[in-house]
Amino acid sequence: MALLEVSNLEAFYGQTQVLRGLSFKLEEGSVTAILGANGAGKTTTLRAICGMVRTAGEMRFAGERIASRATESIVRHGIAHVPEGRGTFMRLSTEQNLKLGAYTRKDAAGVTDDLERVYRYFPRLKERRNQQAGTLSGGEQQMLAVGRALMMRPKLMLLDEPSFGLAPLLTEELFRILGTISSERQVSMLVVEQNASLALAIADHAYLLETGRIVMSGRARDISRDETVRKAYLGY
Amino acid sequence: MDARSNAKTRELAALASGAKLSKSQLVGLALALLAALALPWFVSDYRNFQFTLAISYAMAVLGLNILIGYNGQFSLGHAAFYAIGAYTAAIMMEQGGIAYYWTIPVAGLVCLLAGFLFGLPALRLEGLYLALATFALSLATPQMLKYDAISPWTGGVQGVTITKPDPPFGLPISQDQWLYLFSLAVMLVLFVCAWNLLRSRTGRALKAIRDNPIAASAMGVNTALYKSLTFGVSALYTGIAGALGAITIQFVAPDTFNFFLSIAFLVGVVIGGLASIPGAVFGGLLIVFIPNFAEQVSKAAPWAIYGAVLILFMYFMPAGIWGFIRMLYARFTRKRGAEQATRALADREQPS
Amino acid sequence: MDLFLQQTSDGLAFGGIYACVALAVVMIYQATDHLNFAQGEMAMFSTYIAFTLLHHGVPYWWTFLLTMGISFIGGVLVERIIVRPVEGTTVLNEVIVFIGLLAIFNSLAGWIWDYTIKPFPSPFPDKAPFGITFIGPHDFGVIGVTLVVLAAVFLFFRFTPVGLAMRAAAQNPDSARLVGIRVGWMLALGWGLAAAIGSVAGMMVAPIVFLEPNMMMGILVYGFAGALLGGISNPVGAVAGGFMVGVLENWVGTYVPFVGSELKLTVALVLIVTVLVFRPSGLFGHVVVKRV
Repeated sequence: MALLEVSNLEAFYGQTQVLRGLSFKLEEGSVTAILGANGAGKTTTLRAICGMVRTAGEMRFAGERIASRATESIVRHGIAHVPEGRGTFMRLSTEQNLKLGAYTRKDAAGVTDDLERVYRYFPRLKERRNQQAGTLSGGEQQMLAVGRALMMRPKLMLLDEPSFGLAPLLTEELFRILGTISSERQVSMLVVEQNASLALAIADHAYLLETGRIVMSGRARDISRDETVRKAYLGY
Repeated sequence: MDARSNAKTRELAALASGAKLSKSQLVGLALALLAALALPWFVSDYRNFQFTLAISYAMAVLGLNILIGYNGQFSLGHAAFYAIGAYTAAIMMEQGGIAYYWTIPVAGLVCLLAGFLFGLPALRLEGLYLALATFALSLATPQMLKYDAISPWTGGVQGVTITKPDPPFGLPISQDQWLYLFSLAVMLVLFVCAWNLLRSRTGRALKAIRDNPIAASAMGVNTALYKSLTFGVSALYTGIAGALGAITIQFVAPDTFNFFLSIAFLVGVVIGGLASIPGAVFGGLLIVFIPNFAEQVSKAAPWAIYGAVLILFMYFMPAGIWGFIRMLYARFTRKRGAEQATRALADREQPS
Repeated sequence: MDLFLQQTSDGLAFGGIYACVALAVVMIYQATDHLNFAQGEMAMFSTYIAFTLLHHGVPYWWTFLLTMGISFIGGVLVERIIVRPVEGTTVLNEVIVFIGLLAIFNSLAGWIWDYTIKPFPSPFPDKAPFGITFIGPHDFGVIGVTLVVLAAVFLFFRFTPVGLAMRAAAQNPDSARLVGIRVGWMLALGWGLAAAIGSVAGMMVAPIVFLEPNMMMGILVYGFAGALLGGISNPVGAVAGGFMVGVLENWVGTYVPFVGSELKLTVALVLIVTVLVFRPSGLFGHVVVKRV
């Protein structure tokens, strides 16, 4: 049984249809990339999984139906969403942001362990643990968002454009850490990225979205070697 | 009002307002007008009085609607302008011996000025803070009206009694009937003016300020000037309403122009239909008749019924009465339009 | 000097009451972005419930706690049942619902308990402790109780996970949902707490102004004013604002010549509005930078 199964997913903003029948599967322990140009529907896909937009179609997570359920109950099944714009709680401290990630957890010892682990992945966050989160730089807030998601001890992490607005070096570091997290913690990931080469570097599988439909799917390695993808998205 | 609720307001306002009149709408309007004209001969004097009062309130509601619905500014203080209009009429008629019809334009102009002047400092305040400032105005009004120094004119706590005007040219109708018709005429003039204003360039500027003030000013709209002017115009309408209301009730006293009157106007705006001109008519009727209705339902706790009615309206008719009517109308015409389109398609498919 | 101290302590006592109302107002505002106009009437209704309990022989401090509890539940129910259908619609729709609530509570109170003015006991002894004479015993007690309540609320928000979750839900409901916080229930909780705090204000002020259905109207205004003066985005600021308004109102009433007790309200408000013209986000609020 796949971790996430999506069949014929349609998504709407008001009267406008953005996703036109997506179907895909995510296996446990894998990293999947969703690629595509602006407006293709990548962010919408992630939001649809979390119940943040109006949808039609079937979605199952670990065998349970999650379509048309409220966001807060979907995420309690083990899905952590690192949203576009990071969704930082600006007026709370770094550590409070992280602790909120563990809000639904009952294992205090596990939470403390995970906090230490997040600080090990992102030492800069530890330095700024009591600082107001809104004063962190863009890159640090991105790390904070990922850290907060990790604090949920999720089975699946959804990452929406993690490279957005980050300097190249920082982005590479972030993706390296994501790769480490995925292998160390056995967290499956679904990464939406405009920066195709970065995403394909850490992904096992990839889907290419165009105007709300999947137009290509396969192993990341194969996709990155595909002529059209190379010309359109990888720049060579 | 913040961006999120402004977007929603726009949505509801689009539903509730109409920029052009179709043929069927004109017919409807004509019928309504005829009914309104015929009213005084079919109802008792007391009902006549109530409808005349409703007309006055409708104009006040329209004034407030121009400010809130079309310009996005908020006011809990319009009782003040209503009071200024009322007292202007009272003083002119009783202390100055001036005929009642002159009080209308004078009340309007005085309030235009007052509203504009109030609008200037109010510019700095947004949403909540503007609400407090106008609220303070509402609370201050009865106090200021009772102020000793001006009581030779205002009659202090006792207020001023006004003599009811006679119908002109010795027309064979009662004073109440004449007052109704006069008020109706004034209301029609004001409503047509409002309709023209809101369809014009100025109207679009107002709505632009409501929807996105930053963009509006970036496009060269003098936001500050327009906002103050809108306050002024809004006050003008309310002031004229106050003058007519005073003449209708034949009495002005400080304590009637309090915070609850401001709230009543607000209720009229929202339940009648935000950003809609016909909605103001419903608003005026509601202000007069819901309390009556509430009292009939429960003698012991009428305001509880009133409150319940308000809440129910918000659940089931969030776009106000006029918004609801427009929605029904849109659905009806959409269905007819769809039928016509289907028929046209079918005709085309037929072999000729 | 004695008069000054007396007026100031009276001002602080009322200020404590306004601070409670201001805090209740700010809590709901932070969570929902609008002012609950019915706050005062709900507090008044709670006080009547306390009155009934006292009448049935329940000792004062038990009544106090019970009333807070009942008010809490009432606040939660009001939010879940009556306010929820209009949440997320326009500000005006919500305002009308609040006005409706105001009318209902006021009218029901008058209907159930009638409109005659009733005395309400003060739980505080006849003499202030430590032999203090410049503050009346009730004033002293009020300041004490309100400080305790406010401190408890402060600790709740600062140090408990639920308090943190509520703050998060208020600041950024979308992100809060993403960490599994049931934002809807956080809202209800906020209303419950606000109602409980409001009931404290009601029970503290009733001995002074006597219990009748319109008791809280003026106080609500002052509470709003205090919240705005202090800065609606800052709960601590709102509390400070409440105290300031209390003291200000008393000083203006006593020392400014032509202002009797009637114009007191007006003048206080005018002063506050003037402050707001120069500092639109209040004295302690932070400026919200609008991003285009």
